[in-house]
Amino acid sequence: MKKLLSIFAVVAFAFSAHAGTLDDVKNRGFLKCGVTTGLAGFAAPDDSGEWAGLDADMCRAVAVAVFGDRSKVEFITTTGKSRFPTLASGEVDMLARNTTWTISRDVNLGFEFVGVNFYDGQGFMVPSALGVSSATELDGATVCIQTGTTTELNLADFFRLNGISYEALPIETNDEGKENLFAGRCDVYTTDASGLSSTRAAASNPDKWVVLPEIISKEPLGPLVRHGDHQWGDVVRWSLNAMIIAEELGITSENVDAQTSSNVPEVLRLLGVEGNYGEMLELSNDWAYQIIKQIGNYSESYEANVGPDTPLEIARGLNALWTQGGILYAPPFR
Amino acid sequence: MNEMNEVRKPPVATTGIIGWLRINLFFNWTNSLITLFVIYCLYQFIPWILDWTIFSADFKYNYLGEQITNQEMCSRNLDPENGGACWAVIYVRFYQFIYGFYPKVEVWRVNLAYVMLAFALLPLLYAKLPYRKYFLYFTYIFPVIAYFLLNGGLGFTEVSTNKWGGLLVTLVLGCTGIALAFPIGIMLALGRRSKLPVISMMCTLFIEFIRGVPLITLLFFGMVMLPLFLPEGIDMDGLVRVLVAVTLFQSAYMAEVIRGGLQAIPPGQYEAAKSLGMSYWRMNLLIILPQAIRISIPPIVNTSIGLFKDTTLVIIVGILDLLGIGRGTLADTNWLGLSYEIYFFVSLVFFIFTFGMSRYSLYLEKKLKTGINMGAD
Repeated sequence: MKKLLSIFAVVAFAFSAHAGTLDDVKNRGFLKCGVTTGLAGFAAPDDSGEWAGLDADMCRAVAVAVFGDRSKVEFITTTGKSRFPTLASGEVDMLARNTTWTISRDVNLGFEFVGVNFYDGQGFMVPSALGVSSATELDGATVCIQTGTTTELNLADFFRLNGISYEALPIETNDEGKENLFAGRCDVYTTDASGLSSTRAAASNPDKWVVLPEIISKEPLGPLVRHGDHQWGDVVRWSLNAMIIAEELGITSENVDAQTSSNVPEVLRLLGVEGNYGEMLELSNDWAYQIIKQIGNYSESYEANVGPDTPLEIARGLNALWTQGGILYAPPFR
Repeated sequence: MNEMNEVRKPPVATTGIIGWLRINLFFNWTNSLITLFVIYCLYQFIPWILDWTIFSADFKYNYLGEQITNQEMCSRNLDPENGGACWAVIYVRFYQFIYGFYPKVEVWRVNLAYVMLAFALLPLLYAKLPYRKYFLYFTYIFPVIAYFLLNGGLGFTEVSTNKWGGLLVTLVLGCTGIALAFPIGIMLALGRRSKLPVISMMCTLFIEFIRGVPLITLLFFGMVMLPLFLPEGIDMDGLVRVLVAVTLFQSAYMAEVIRGGLQAIPPGQYEAAKSLGMSYWRMNLLIILPQAIRISIPPIVNTSIGLFKDTTLVIIVGILDLLGIGRGTLADTNWLGLSYEIYFFVSLVFFIFTFGMSRYSLYLEKKLKTGINMGAD
């Protein structure tokens, strides 16, 4: 009986610890954020050992929302295989690890995707000397493709739908695909568009390669938390939304101080001058102001990490605001 | 008649350099052909590799004399005709390769630990060291010192293992794995040969189970499953979990290597020891194990080298060892595309360590004359 009770106690303790991630984070004094072991533009250590990238900024934004300090975050590196168990076991508070939002991950694995910070999709890259401007012209091409991934299935679907044929050259890793394409062993390399961009940037002469306009799959990448802790989910969700809304309203890290005396009501609400939205989230009232001040709005983070001025040269495309031809859209801040 | 007494020298063709060449490289026409072919390959390869790694390479500055801060400034990217390797990436990232993300103000602790490690290994590696006894005392307490030095405590600021990386992690995993696996392996080997069925069965079961699964599986088990079994309050450090997995793996292999050595000892040795009235432990410690371990040196070093290289697998569970830092560097948009330089550097570091281990084992074999079977004569 005593044994049984102690087991119950342990289980109850485990549940109570899961009940309030926000309180756990506050008590601990820093955020534990799961990122990749290194993916160009999304999360990678820079020369001074600081993590940088779009996903790393997401982690920092949440740290700023909770603590008002962008350095209060510990980055835990995870791989494609270890990311979900690491989150499930409570070893990290959230994942920002270019993870595709799918129904099975959202529902079956017991996670909560709180938004999308990058809309990716499978694309094609060919040598510009091939003179191809659309993927539908690729009849009979040899395609380098990673085996055992959804990209393989998407590729087969796309070619069947367009009534054209291809020859697959199976590869294991991105590096292998790069080498094969550069050596001319395949005409086309297909993987997620962001991956294609980093492959292209790594080429000795990037202008010799073009990424075709067709995107044949949906890969919405976003931060996720454990299912069931809605308060914590809200904090992460609105940290992301605050960055998107800031871009919509034209607030940047540079003009944020001036904007506190703006006459636009939504700006004042976002920056915590009016209303008590911070209190609702159990954060300080200037949480969004601090995110914009210390990290910047979504556009600033995008341009610094993956945008056209970086070696990756990824155009905004789908990731532009809904008002500018993209699908980036955050619910109103009221 | 002096000429008759003169000792005739051996024919020129069998002595000196020419003789050596004739016997070893040009013995018959197939050998000559192979020799010429290899010389041709080396002639093609060596100038190229020297040019790429040294003569045309950038170390800190490119050919314009600017300090390199990203891959676009490498000579070979500025002008594809000009320039070999771009070692600037190693130069800029050297700190990360050696210490990971260890805070800069605390890095003297890691340096001190590296130096102390050398002193701790000295008496183990070199038996004729003066005052070896006192050095050995230091070796025994070194793990404790290293733990507090690297991890913190006793007045040192704590540095979470999450910040460790690069060579530091590789060495911690390699050294701890090898050092702990050795005694555990001996116990398992003795246990497996034990006449007590429960002990022998348990040891056999353990060894066969661990050897039956790949290291990656064990790493995953340690990293992913273990925390699910532990209650929330007990937080086991990620590196410790990996260390446990690596040690278990290595001790199973070590056990089999040492068992091989034990089986090579003739039964006469056991009988002689017993006839002197020695207990089981005295017999093993004084008679059996010294001989068994001596003949197992080559395979012991072999599995140790294997483990040292296998530590790179920890990237699978998200720990950035030397290779992991290299891959992380490749993912930095500043250094995209420098994979040759980074992999070359990482393999060079691994080669230095593993080659050192293998040379040392050779020296040990010669010193202990392991080629002679001491038991059988």
